Amino acid sequence: MQSNTYTKAMNEALDSCLKKDKSVFVIGLGVPDPKGVFGATSGLRKKYGPKRVMDMPVSENALTGVCIGAAINGMRPVLTHQRVDFSLLALDQVINNAAKWYYMFGNQQSVPMVIKLTVGMGWGQGPQHSQNLQTLYAHIPGLKVVAPATPRDAKGLIISAIEDNNPVIFIDHRWLHETFGPVPEDHYKVPIGKANVIKKGSDITIVSTSYMIIETMKALNLLNELGIKPEVVDLRTLKPLDEKTIFNSVKKTGRLLVTDLSHREFGVAAEIISRVSENPKIKLLTSPQRITAPDFPAPSSPALSEHYYPRYTDIALKVVEMLEADKDRLAKLIARDKESNKIPHDVPDDRFMGPF
Amino acid sequence: MPPFLLLYYYVLLYCHMMKKQNLISLYKKLILIRLTEEAIALKYQEREMRCPVHLSIGQEAIAVGVCENLKKDDIVYSTHRCHAHYIAKGGDLNRMMAEIYGKVTGCAKGRGGSMHLVDLEAGFWGATPIVGNSLPVALGVAFANKLKGNKKAVAVFIGDGTAEEGVFHECLNFAVLHKLPILFVCENNLFSVYTHLKERQHTRPIYKIAEAHGMEAYQKDGNDILEVYKISSSIIDHIRKGQGPAFLEFMTYRHREHCGPFYDDQLGYRDQKEVKYWLKKDPVTNFKKYLLDHKVILETEMEKIKKEAMGKITRALDFAKKSKFPKQEKDFRKLIYAK
Repeated sequence: MQSNTYTKAMNEALDSCLKKDKSVFVIGLGVPDPKGVFGATSGLRKKYGPKRVMDMPVSENALTGVCIGAAINGMRPVLTHQRVDFSLLALDQVINNAAKWYYMFGNQQSVPMVIKLTVGMGWGQGPQHSQNLQTLYAHIPGLKVVAPATPRDAKGLIISAIEDNNPVIFIDHRWLHETFGPVPEDHYKVPIGKANVIKKGSDITIVSTSYMIIETMKALNLLNELGIKPEVVDLRTLKPLDEKTIFNSVKKTGRLLVTDLSHREFGVAAEIISRVSENPKIKLLTSPQRITAPDFPAPSSPALSEHYYPRYTDIALKVVEMLEADKDRLAKLIARDKESNKIPHDVPDDRFMGPF
Repeated sequence: MPPFLLLYYYVLLYCHMMKKQNLISLYKKLILIRLTEEAIALKYQEREMRCPVHLSIGQEAIAVGVCENLKKDDIVYSTHRCHAHYIAKGGDLNRMMAEIYGKVTGCAKGRGGSMHLVDLEAGFWGATPIVGNSLPVALGVAFANKLKGNKKAVAVFIGDGTAEEGVFHECLNFAVLHKLPILFVCENNLFSVYTHLKERQHTRPIYKIAEAHGMEAYQKDGNDILEVYKISSSIIDHIRKGQGPAFLEFMTYRHREHCGPFYDDQLGYRDQKEVKYWLKKDPVTNFKKYLLDHKVILETEMEKIKKEAMGKITRALDFAKKSKFPKQEKDFRKLIYAK
């Protein structure tokens, strides 16, 4: 199997859908420009022409409505925004129309469209270029929300989202774009609404999403050295939520930690913890915990952002605390890690040069 | 008589007949809408229609004059004040009444109410009650028509308040940019609820904004059904030929309160001179007079048309009242997600 970046995987998915179905079109600010939405749309205009791969006026609200109308009228639009934050201009169309159309007109017309959003992080993105608003969209009945963490899932979920007959919010993360992984070459689907147990374990269930999967897996390296074996559930889809996979894992481990970069209050983690807590068949050995972004906007300065985002060390510390394991040994492992890893906190890797 | 002269007479006769039939057709729709709205106003007080209603009384000529020029598979979108547009486009009256009564036989299965009328078969693809909200959706339908290369036209009805929304300007720009086959129909009734246009917009006419965006745009008397019909006929022709979008601003006035069955001029928010002026310009009374004066139709025929309309309305009310209420579904996922 070929190995590819997350961005290339998204590009392959769009390419494959454009090729397979004439009703698919991709539209968004910068879609055909030289940067091609971080590479996700690169080369597509040349292949499919300006009627199927297009730029748009800086009119997020109207163009969301236009995509809804086009979807109702037989097309399958993919609308992209280079930041989640920009999609807020279109909340009227997303929440009042896309999400409700199928229900409010008596199940006569559906809205098969995808809105692809990117979460920014680090490099001084600040309060309006790095919001994690998955909770906001996941709150709205009628929407589906996916946030894959791996290149393979990114490709398979874009294809599923485009072929779904409902509006799907697809959320990728800037720090996942350059991550590498196996990606099948064919046109395949990863089902919407199915979580994935990416690491089997027995001591604790860590439910995680999107970029936090990367931090969780880093935490696992430390925890394994301490002899702790967590089970990791990658949600992949936030709505509709795959309760079953979460419940089965927590029934086995008896402990639950949720990590997600939404704000803490009323967030994704809050929802998962409450669903597990509501389930009378689950007996927890210790109170469930969450690791999230704090309840204030993300600051720009590197001096401030260093303390803003939870990292793998926070996850490892929380797990050790929940299991009442050896804190001192973990502290030594973290110190060792910091000594060997000098990558600044505000970039995903050493090569990252910004600017956004 | 030479054959060419005979042909000439036939053509003349045919044109005259067409015109007469057209005029009567306009009248039939006009009176059906007026009587439907009056019936709703009356029945509303029984408190069985348990949803907001925004009556079109006073503004019917625009709906009829525009929609008479549309084909069945042309698409119309509308707003909270949608009854006239729905009926004028050929929407099913029984299902409209049932929707207002919240019944399962309603055009949206009782989920939308008066402000969410829809009849796909008639080409009335929906109404939504947020100012400017259905506008870009209509534009998207026109965009898809253009991408698919068909000749269907889209007409979207909006009010004067929509011109104050950002999405209005976004849509005009996009429509011109892609030369989309869409007609914007602005019913300017001077009021947004209780607030006069003067308090909301600069004195420049609304159609000038569309003109500045680079499309054909006109302002006409929306209470003169023949004027509405004529301008719509030529402008829809222009759109169908692929010459780009167009904008029609029609000046009009609602007779009753913004929302509900009553008159509300005791509140004092409208200038009484203005009210009197517009009541004199009532589109139904004036068109009736025109038809009688020009001997297009006899008073007795008119009465017959009115009776037929009343019959339809009575049957629709009966259908709605006798229909069942929708049942609460247990699995809500089936209702919110398409397969």
